[in-house]
Amino acid sequence: MFISISTTGTAERPASDLGFLLHKHPDKVQRFSTSHGEAHVFYPEATEEACTAVLLLDVDPIALVRKGRGKGRGGSPTAASGAGALAQYVNDRPYAASSLLAVALRTVFRTAMKGVCETRPGLADQPLPLRISLPAVPAVPASGARGAAGAAGAGETGGAALVGRLFEPLGWQVEAEAIPLDETFPEWGESRYVRVELTATVRLADALQQLYVLLPVLDGSKHYWVAPDEVDKLLDAGEGWLAEHPELNLIIRRYLARRWSLARTALERLELARLAEADDREAEELDNAVEDSTEEGAETEEGAESGKRPISEGAADEEGEKHVPLAVRRRAAILAALGETGAARVLDLGCGQGELVGELLKDTRVTEVLGVDVSSRALSAAARKLRIERMPERQSSRVRLVQGALTYTDARLKGYDAAVLSEVVEHLDLPRLPALEYAVFGAARPGAVVVTTPNAEYNVRWETLPAGHVRHADHRFEWDRAQFLAWVERVARTYGYSVTVRPVGPYDEEVGAPTQLALFRLGVSESRSLETERVATTEGSVTR
Amino acid sequence: MTATTAAPATTGAHSRRLPVTDVSMVVLVGTTGSGKSSFARKHFRPTQVVSSDFCRGLVADDENDQSASGDAFDVLNYILGKRLAAGRLTVVDATNVQPGSRRRLVQIAREHDVLPIAIVLDVPPGVCAERNSSRPDRRLPAHVITRQQRELRRSLKGLEREGFRKVHILRGEAEVDAAEIVIEKRYNDLRHLTGPFDIIGDIHGCRSELETLLVRLGYTLDRDEQGRSVDAVHPEGRTAVFVGDLVDRGPDTPGVLRLVMGMVAAGHAICVPGNHENKLGRWMDGRKVTVSHGLQESLDQLAGESEEFRTRVRAFMRGLVSHYLLDGGNLVVCHAGLPEKYHGRNSGRVRSHALYGDTTGETDEYGLPVRYPWAEEYRGRALVVYGHTPVPSAGFLNNTICLDTGCVFGGSLTALRYPERELVGVPAEQQWYAPVRPMHSDAPGAREGRPLDLADVAGRRAVETAHHGRVAVREENAAAALEVMSRFALDPRLLAYLPPTMAPSSTSRREGYLEHPEEAFFAYRHDGVQQVICEEKHMGSRAVVLVARDGAALEKRFGVEGPGAIWTRTGRAFLSDEELTGAVLDRVRAAAERAGLFEELASDWLLLDAELMPWSLKAAELLRRQYAAVGAAAGATLPKVLAALEQASGRGLELGELTDRQRQRAVDAEAFTAAYRRYCWPTDGLAGIRLAPFQVLAAEGANLAVRPHDEHLARIDRLVAADDPKAPILQRTGRLVVDTSDEASTAAGIAWWEELTAAGGEGMVVKPLASLVRRGAGEGRPGGLVQPGVKVRGREYLRIIYGPDYTQHLDQLRQRSLGHKRSLALREYALGLEALDRLAAGEPLWRVHEPVFAVLALESEPVDPRL
Repeated sequence: MFISISTTGTAERPASDLGFLLHKHPDKVQRFSTSHGEAHVFYPEATEEACTAVLLLDVDPIALVRKGRGKGRGGSPTAASGAGALAQYVNDRPYAASSLLAVALRTVFRTAMKGVCETRPGLADQPLPLRISLPAVPAVPASGARGAAGAAGAGETGGAALVGRLFEPLGWQVEAEAIPLDETFPEWGESRYVRVELTATVRLADALQQLYVLLPVLDGSKHYWVAPDEVDKLLDAGEGWLAEHPELNLIIRRYLARRWSLARTALERLELARLAEADDREAEELDNAVEDSTEEGAETEEGAESGKRPISEGAADEEGEKHVPLAVRRRAAILAALGETGAARVLDLGCGQGELVGELLKDTRVTEVLGVDVSSRALSAAARKLRIERMPERQSSRVRLVQGALTYTDARLKGYDAAVLSEVVEHLDLPRLPALEYAVFGAARPGAVVVTTPNAEYNVRWETLPAGHVRHADHRFEWDRAQFLAWVERVARTYGYSVTVRPVGPYDEEVGAPTQLALFRLGVSESRSLETERVATTEGSVTR
Repeated sequence: MTATTAAPATTGAHSRRLPVTDVSMVVLVGTTGSGKSSFARKHFRPTQVVSSDFCRGLVADDENDQSASGDAFDVLNYILGKRLAAGRLTVVDATNVQPGSRRRLVQIAREHDVLPIAIVLDVPPGVCAERNSSRPDRRLPAHVITRQQRELRRSLKGLEREGFRKVHILRGEAEVDAAEIVIEKRYNDLRHLTGPFDIIGDIHGCRSELETLLVRLGYTLDRDEQGRSVDAVHPEGRTAVFVGDLVDRGPDTPGVLRLVMGMVAAGHAICVPGNHENKLGRWMDGRKVTVSHGLQESLDQLAGESEEFRTRVRAFMRGLVSHYLLDGGNLVVCHAGLPEKYHGRNSGRVRSHALYGDTTGETDEYGLPVRYPWAEEYRGRALVVYGHTPVPSAGFLNNTICLDTGCVFGGSLTALRYPERELVGVPAEQQWYAPVRPMHSDAPGAREGRPLDLADVAGRRAVETAHHGRVAVREENAAAALEVMSRFALDPRLLAYLPPTMAPSSTSRREGYLEHPEEAFFAYRHDGVQQVICEEKHMGSRAVVLVARDGAALEKRFGVEGPGAIWTRTGRAFLSDEELTGAVLDRVRAAAERAGLFEELASDWLLLDAELMPWSLKAAELLRRQYAAVGAAAGATLPKVLAALEQASGRGLELGELTDRQRQRAVDAEAFTAAYRRYCWPTDGLAGIRLAPFQVLAAEGANLAVRPHDEHLARIDRLVAADDPKAPILQRTGRLVVDTSDEASTAAGIAWWEELTAAGGEGMVVKPLASLVRRGAGEGRPGGLVQPGVKVRGREYLRIIYGPDYTQHLDQLRQRSLGHKRSLALREYALGLEALDRLAAGEPLWRVHEPVFAVLALESEPVDPRL
């Protein structure tokens, strides 16, 4: 892990004054002990004309692992890759300029960073021609690494561009070049590392503080816990330059980010991470049932649906009409359908983070809700969001959340008035759908079943969704209206239910509504007609 | 069946034979002094008699202390319960003249499903009083006897109604003295019949299929002058056993009855009733029954028969016994199955279970009663053979087998040869009757009994394995496995196996090495394993390959159409591209076909354990994000570091040690990059893909994983040799057999490993040649399992695992602990074998799935992932 800081000078203002500013003598090799290994400071050149100081952090990988181990049974994933415990030894930290280097900078050049130089008063306040050289800076795309397949740098905000966005507004001239992953395999593309050369005439203290803040921001990961005092540290180091930075939001978010991989050290789902590792996969590939949101409690729509309506306030409402998110409309449609059945005891199968469970609890007709999901992570998120532990007893006795898998029959699910399968079936591989059909319609056999699923035809109306893509990375299929109708009809026939199908969301004459809903009712056979009801679509047409 | 015997009033006291069932409760009824105890002593063994007097003595030290009666009867009832539970004839010696005391006894008999029998000693009061007065220890007021006598008289008529199934009344001293107890066997006890038997499933009027089946079983049909079969005889004296449901629904119920009744009458067959016989019998007896479920067909057909025939049928129905114990108690036959505690017992609920099975009280989507899966919990010694519930194919489960293969619904008529345990079936000639419920749903497992249930896998569980006892699964591990199994894995019907993890050899102390073959050889020698086989470890990704001869074969055996499947260690489809999967399977199938493996193993499908290469095919994402990334970062940084150090040294700065260390880092980082690169190459369709199978795990009816490894490799070699020579994808696995007790041989093994790893190989796996090996038995117990294999990984390969410069930190890394990994490897190995055993035995899906799921759950246990 390496950084070099160079400056040029003249006889009147010798470059080697850098040694005074850094409080490190150019003719000595100095060694500092840090918690992650030894830091060395030395000067490859130190003349009047040119002076270069090098900070070399000789990371002890074993110590790194030992430290990680203290945080949890499986050890903490310290690498930016977040690839779990195996990543500990195979780790980029000894080489790449990450938060470890930022901390070392602060430890070794503490006084210089404060802008104090007693031996050369005034020197610290003067801008110097500086050239900072970082051979490998991890620069992770702004969207975060989760779920995004392929090499980093694919996103426009990643890699070299991100370095530019962060440093150029501060007056640096940025030379950034993405490093290929492996020249033997050019098809693998670029790595997430960028060779960075920064040149500017700035105060050394500012340069150091900017590096201290921006290196971890680029990395998108920290090797230590994000503690409450991080905010103070950020404000401290950002004094005088951060407030005006155009990427302020990005910097704050990423600097303070509780990245998912870090949150995982809370022992939450190590079992899944191990299963991923057993299969040479990233934990994120398996443990993806819950959307990763940086803002606690922020409701995120699925995939493309969120892409269409960014959370940024107001901007999307160009037409001036009230925008009701599809998820809200969907829940309203489900509640309406349940209302028709008069169901009091309701199953929410695949309850996710409990949004619908919460709505159901608001309905006084509903006496009991059993939320079932296969993801333990989703269930704990649901319990947290619903604040079940803080509910009054009378309230909490109406709701239970349990882990279950709908490909298995489950005695706990028997005897309910109604079940909801909202945006669930499409998360199953098609060949496994019959197992769900049997478990729900054949074995659990509720009096009514409400199924919602995307209408694939409508996808052309999502402007951010590339043609031929599904709305969410985990959708194993999406049905058009005819396919849904065929499925619904077969299931109803097989298991003795009657069924009606209706659209949910703005209805488009050509492609239908974004969501399709089916209401199955046990044994009510007179209304066997599968005529698609058309729900009032006064909310207007699709926004383009 | 109730019988009351009482001698004709006038006759004198000739010897009277009182039948008593061998497993029953005999209640003596008589006043004080009527001679019950003497009677009991005379006819039964002392241990068979529990007397209230004796129990009074036990609790109060005084057999006459009437105030102790309450406690005394508690003790009596307790002893009685214990004896009856064990199936022992027990005589209750107490006055039992009051209905209340008898009611309690009848209740106890029913609780233990034995017959209550009453023997009444009706002796004149004078005689009793005289006897009492002759006993110095007993001073009862005379009015007591009178009162008891009154109560006895009042009781006599109602004993049968009270529930006694046999009532013997002995009047006067002479009759009592002349009585003789005859122990009778229970009706259901045919233990003396040892067969051999041919047990035949539900027929439902399919006479033609029955005749065909009997002929196929070797019977000769005997026909009457009208050509109707009336008997069938087996030349070797085999006996046919019918599990009931002969009647209803089908085309010729009378024909079936004529044949079966003939065989039973001639002693060529035994028959138990089904629920359909029960109902038809009740109808014939003039009782009110709902005519449904195909009864109408029987009634219509029987209407065309003679009155004489119908009378015979009625008598036949009445005489049927609900279940039989056969072959010394090793075989139980009944219609709907029977838990062990009911075997050989007599009670209404035993009969009801035998006829209808256990129901949960619920009804399913077709309005049919939901049956309680008693067989899933059955652990009894006797094989229970039954019918009643149509299943697509008969299969053993926990020493039970259901033979109802739905002949009348267009399935087949199935027989089990006993003791051979062979199944013989004939297909239905047509669908004679439409089933209310489809024969099977599409839900996985429905065909073999029932679909998978969450209770089969979720929560804290213990899986019984043949080779390693009970393997426990923790709740949190099951939860993680559930998530992966249900969201990412293939259809469980295909997923009959997941490969177990493997421990590395003990940590080497050798300079520069973390793992070395000598530890592996030493450990096996220590465990008494002389012959081991070293197999080249291919550095790809583990793949289990299920290949079927054709789509129909897969459908037939696994219920899933397609060419087969290839899956990873966690049960995911190995290749997301179905077409490519198909192409790989095509090649394997063609090679297996050419090598004659399907014929040799008499199987339409094979399950292979293999390594699929290149590593980059599956781990591309991991490689890019982790391995190559680390290499890239190191490659970009270290040259700069070295350049700076050299420049600074040029200025005379003292940087020798630091420079050396960084130089070593650069060398190690390059070695790291070189190490992973060896396992990466581009593929394009089949081009570039290499599959290295190393064992055929299973084929139809056989768990081959327990076969010796030389046998495996010989088979695999033929498979590899039969691959398309123009563009082969199958790769041979190098191997060397080593004698762990021979120094030259182990040296050769080490040399071979060095050669492999020097050429960039991952290393090797050392396995006992015999495959499944237990440590030498100690103290009469079989020893524990020996590790089924250990891996010895190459020095360079380990950089991928322990980091580029792990060789600089060997002392610290040697502190690794292997205990948990070894234990995990054994547990997963045993679970894998268990799954294959269950698959081979044709057990239902949920039984095969249980250990497979447990392997996945165990994989989420916290264990050092670098091992």
